[in-house]
Amino acid sequence: MLDADFFRRWMTAAAVAVDREADRLTALDSPIGDADHGTNMQRGFRAVVATLEKEAPDTPGAVLTLSGRQLISTVGGASGPLYGTLLRRTGKALGDAAEVSAAELAAALRTGVEAVATLGGAAPGDKTMLDALFPAVDALAESFAAARDAAEKGAVATTPLLARKGRASYLGERSIGHQDPGATSSALLFATLAEAAGE
Amino acid sequence: MSEETPVTEGTVSGSGPADGGQGDAGGQHKLVGVVLVSHSAAVAASVAELAAGLAGGGATAPVAAAGGTEDGGLGTSSELIAAAAAGVDRGAGVALLADLGSAVLTVKALLAEGDELPDGARLVDAPFVEGAVAAVVTASAGADLDAVEAAAVEAYTYRKV
Repeated sequence: MLDADFFRRWMTAAAVAVDREADRLTALDSPIGDADHGTNMQRGFRAVVATLEKEAPDTPGAVLTLSGRQLISTVGGASGPLYGTLLRRTGKALGDAAEVSAAELAAALRTGVEAVATLGGAAPGDKTMLDALFPAVDALAESFAAARDAAEKGAVATTPLLARKGRASYLGERSIGHQDPGATSSALLFATLAEAAGE
Repeated sequence: MSEETPVTEGTVSGSGPADGGQGDAGGQHKLVGVVLVSHSAAVAASVAELAAGLAGGGATAPVAAAGGTEDGGLGTSSELIAAAAAGVDRGAGVALLADLGSAVLTVKALLAEGDELPDGARLVDAPFVEGAVAAVVTASAGADLDAVEAAAVEAYTYRKV
């Protein structure tokens, strides 16, 4: 079973990974975006860790809901409402249970990912974070490690795609050949989930 | 920057906006507020100024700009949006217009949250400048939120060539 400490570990590991990879995320965002994804995510997840320390939410749902809310208010770019919605909807779906099973988390994350798709109006194959998130939640039924690998594979597979959403879509054919920054940070999120689970 | 509008607190408590939308005694009814959300503080403020200016000399509907990030950079701030919406809320609803990307997504995420924007706050699907002018002119005439939204949306149909 996964308790609030597990989810705090996940968010903390995500903040560490985003810090470590911030330059890479921004570099990926330079040719097809506005070169701020790394710094935006860094600001957001640092704020998440700070607020989790300060407010000490004591259920899995509360940890994710608070984290999502914090991302919406601090990121400053489109990834704020998108990741914020992902975590908040996932947190709400978990309710106020003190512990949740991996299967419950998988179902809740699917709700969260579907909410991201609705908010952004994107579909798999549009070269967005969904191209990492949907394969990850599909693989979560198997294991956290499988979800991590599926997310990474999904992120890498965005490289040949034509962007159909967001600023990158203005570039048309020129968006081809670049890995999507949002799918890359989504893969980090699932890599750190597996890390928190010790896989 | 937004002129104070006559607010008749309590007169419509429990019944919502006046039935039929107009004709309250003395013309005292609550005006719809308009919030303009742009990636740029300068764009949001200028469009607000333009829309209020074109709304004419009388009392204009409350308009607020929520542009850029809190530190003055390009981007979107949920705090600035929430503060702007609270600032123009006179109890008749708030129409929010956004330019693109994170501005649109942040407003949608705040609406989904349920408690960060006033009751009756609504994202209006409209071109930013033309929609803002239409919304503020219509709101200043005392129209309800549906009519303000319809006027802003209709701005999409105005062709220039």
